Amino acid sequence: MIRKTLFAALALAFASGAQAQTEIQWWHSMGGALGDKVNELAGKFNASQKDYKVVPTFKGSYPESMTAAIAAFRAGNAPHVLQVFEVGTATMMAARGAILPVHKLMKDADEPFNPKAYIGPVAGYYTDSKGNMLSFPFNSSTAIFYWNKDAFKKAGLDPEKPPRTWKEVVAAAEKLKASGQQCAYTTSWPSWIHIENFSAWHNVPIGTKENGLAGTDTQFQFNTPLHVRHLTMLQDLAKRGMFSYAGRTNQGGAKFTSGECAMLTESTGGQANVRRGAKFNWAVTQIPYWDDVKGAPQNAIIGGASLWVMGGKTNNAYKGVARFFSFLSRPEIQMEWHKATGYVPITYAAYDMTKKSGFYKENPGAEVAIKMLTNKPATANSKGLRFGNFVQGREVIEEEIEAVISGKKEPKAALDEAVRRGNEILRKFEAANKG
Amino acid sequence: MEKRVVFQSKWLPYALVAPQIAVTIVFFFWPAAQAVYWSFLVQDPFGLSTTFVWFQNYAELFRNQHYLDSFRITAIFSTAVAVSGIVISLLLAVMADHVLRGALAYKTLLIWPYAVAPAIAGILWAFIFAPSIGIATYVLKRYGVDWNWIVNGDQAMLLIVIAATWKQISYNFLFFLAGLQSIPRSLLEAAAIDGATPLRRFWTVVFPLLSPVTFYLLVINIVYAFFGTFGVVDATTQGGPAADTQILVYKVYHDGVKAADLGGSAAQSVILMIIVIALTVVQFRFVEKKVQY
Amino acid sequence: MVENRPWFDFLAHAILVLGVVLVAFPLYVTFVASTLTFEEIVNVPMPLVPGDQLMANYTQVITAGSNKGSSAPVGTMLFNSLVMALGVAIGKIAISILSAFAIVYFRFPLRNFFFWMIFVTLMLPVEVRIIPTFKVVSDLGMINSYVGLTLPLIASATATFLFRQFFLTVPDELAEAARMDGAGPLRFFWDVVLPLSKTSIAALFVIQFIYGWNQYLWPLLITTDESMYTAVIGIKRMIVTGDALTEWNLVMATAMLALLPPALVVVLMQRWFVKGLVETEK
Repeated sequence: MIRKTLFAALALAFASGAQAQTEIQWWHSMGGALGDKVNELAGKFNASQKDYKVVPTFKGSYPESMTAAIAAFRAGNAPHVLQVFEVGTATMMAARGAILPVHKLMKDADEPFNPKAYIGPVAGYYTDSKGNMLSFPFNSSTAIFYWNKDAFKKAGLDPEKPPRTWKEVVAAAEKLKASGQQCAYTTSWPSWIHIENFSAWHNVPIGTKENGLAGTDTQFQFNTPLHVRHLTMLQDLAKRGMFSYAGRTNQGGAKFTSGECAMLTESTGGQANVRRGAKFNWAVTQIPYWDDVKGAPQNAIIGGASLWVMGGKTNNAYKGVARFFSFLSRPEIQMEWHKATGYVPITYAAYDMTKKSGFYKENPGAEVAIKMLTNKPATANSKGLRFGNFVQGREVIEEEIEAVISGKKEPKAALDEAVRRGNEILRKFEAANKG
Repeated sequence: MEKRVVFQSKWLPYALVAPQIAVTIVFFFWPAAQAVYWSFLVQDPFGLSTTFVWFQNYAELFRNQHYLDSFRITAIFSTAVAVSGIVISLLLAVMADHVLRGALAYKTLLIWPYAVAPAIAGILWAFIFAPSIGIATYVLKRYGVDWNWIVNGDQAMLLIVIAATWKQISYNFLFFLAGLQSIPRSLLEAAAIDGATPLRRFWTVVFPLLSPVTFYLLVINIVYAFFGTFGVVDATTQGGPAADTQILVYKVYHDGVKAADLGGSAAQSVILMIIVIALTVVQFRFVEKKVQY
Repeated sequence: MVENRPWFDFLAHAILVLGVVLVAFPLYVTFVASTLTFEEIVNVPMPLVPGDQLMANYTQVITAGSNKGSSAPVGTMLFNSLVMALGVAIGKIAISILSAFAIVYFRFPLRNFFFWMIFVTLMLPVEVRIIPTFKVVSDLGMINSYVGLTLPLIASATATFLFRQFFLTVPDELAEAARMDGAGPLRFFWDVVLPLSKTSIAALFVIQFIYGWNQYLWPLLITTDESMYTAVIGIKRMIVTGDALTEWNLVMATAMLALLPPALVVVLMQRWFVKGLVETEK
């Protein structure tokens, strides 16, 4: 009897000793096909070594998984790695006790890590004012312009020449409407495209202190005459029936794919859906700009998410996370992720590798986004943005934009109000994170 | 009211109520107390830095035009849902009470929406009224109505009112039917003999006798519109466009979960608690009093 | 009916039929949409006669879920809904009947205090205390578990009240007879009270089953693992707000499946259900 127990105990000890694999919990919000790709990548890493096992779990949308992670942290069982969307960056950064900055993680684990290997706007978004990278870029996108070639032909426009400036967009819209097109233009992600990316693309600030990258005492500044002019144009197009508003997320994509609207501004990630559902010829190009603004077009800023490392875990686990991040940084892995998902390649090496593979020759649309991001070296206005509680902030902007488009408010009044309300939110964040 | 006959035991009653009391304390009182406590704090989402700020969160709420708008929106929404729900179901109940043939069939066909979750009701109606692909949108377009509830706040409100009311019609219908069927026929016959038309009979005899039921349903529908319709809003408009359909309960969820503003959300919770308590007190004092055991 | 007015009969039937049509219309559209392909729905106007994709759509959602949003198979979600609905219904009935029995048939210190404690819960629907309740459940480690889904919902007072009212109408003679026979309170409960309560229990079961099945906000907060989604949440999560398109045909098929069990319960147990609803008011 004693021998049996001894034997069992030995066997158990032996088994657990041999299988000293540390599990690394990774919470993400990549659903559907994106989630499958995530599982593939994790599987590849797990197969390449025996010490660590990355376990990805889909935890719902970005806000949901962030809430779950925060609650889990408070209860003492947060994951090791959390995918957080760009607007959550400030919140994560300010939570100094809850996160482990990536540059520190890599240094402590002796893993090579060079922030300069990352595309400018990508690195800039997730780096603090001292140049230290705080989170690991993973899936980044930017906004591009789609147009329906067949509709253009029908309207007497050259299908191979998309509008380059907003004035040309308005002219094209008029011709499209005249030719019977139901709706000439629509958009997704109104704030991200028409305020945030718009400002960076024209090299004007969204807020002071390098759009918040240099301090939490930033103030919003997106109510300049340029912004007012842009929103006035949108309001005018809506009034004349040429702009059909689709919603705050990617709903514009559906309106374009169905042929209802002939021009679209949307994330580069939306190409997959259009490819699947559109029954007409279409192509993509860079976002239009106002050509009388000096310095435009500058460069675009990213959307998407990055990976944050949560605090309070063992050093052994952190070694594993660092090795996983090194794995993810490999150009061939980056290229694979970029090709499969439509997100941009985030390192220069991955970009070069993809170019050499001829991918862009076959799919010219896939290169538009990265070209926009690297159009010019980033300035203080176009490195990215970092505003506290920006989930609420973005909603405020979207609410005011909606009021303008529905004709309820004038653009200047709406933008002033958005700046005022947005600043209130920023001050609250600043106060709550003084400690 | 008391029972004459009771049992004696030192420990048994405690054992019997223990499960319910335990769950009530852990999942009702403890969180409610926390909500009150949090409403006096400003804290970052991770709980790493908290500051005690007395009533600042409340003051900010009442200074915030959006919060005050939310009161107005909730009032409009719940009045619309309660009134239309009661009127439509009363009409249906009166008709159902009148017909002899097929009454059971009508009843069965009309009560099943009770089984539909409010969120699903919202999704179904949002699908029918979807701006691009909805079948109702198509019909409206043919009549020249530009239907796009994603931009038009009034249309969005109309959508959630329709979805929420649709679901509640069966509940109201059942109560009205039961109420109608408990009215003694003799009263109606007496009124008929006196020469009253059906319409007069309704207003002078039936409706007054139905008033306890009507009042009860009014309170229930308002409470439903306040709280039970969370699913309808979340599954369709999510408070939009431009916060035009952000009812109070949705704002609590949104500010707490999506915007991680724990202090503000907790303060809103406390205010909602006060409103519910007031509504429940009204219901019990004015309605339950009329019923005898 | 007091007098005979045929035109009024006709009007009544007409209104009732109209009511039934309005009530049934969304269901019909949903059913039709669940039998079409995605392209057929997106090309307005959607046809109003059922298509031919019934087997294809339903099989896909039951086994594999939608491709774009949540990919939890609907079979799993329906099972979770069932567990939650049964758990809430049975749990609630069990603890409420015990509490009501104690409160009515015993005199003990703190009796009124406990009664008011339970009463107050009527005023605290979960929507009013969501964030702190979420935190409590998270601290207890009950996120993404069946216990977490059901336990916090079983303590509300409506069932206790119903049983209390009912017990108050049970004649005292029965209790006296039991006492004289030397039966203790538990025997009395088991042999006399429980059988008498059968109708109330049945009515409550229907109401609580539907209540549990249709829960939205609570499961939304505490289930983040796809394997724990309930049917109602699963549908909402299939409506994507990211970089993909909602597959409406699959969403509608899932909606049909999520509707069916509670609708069946209501229709089949109609008698008890109606009685239970109307009785709880009094």
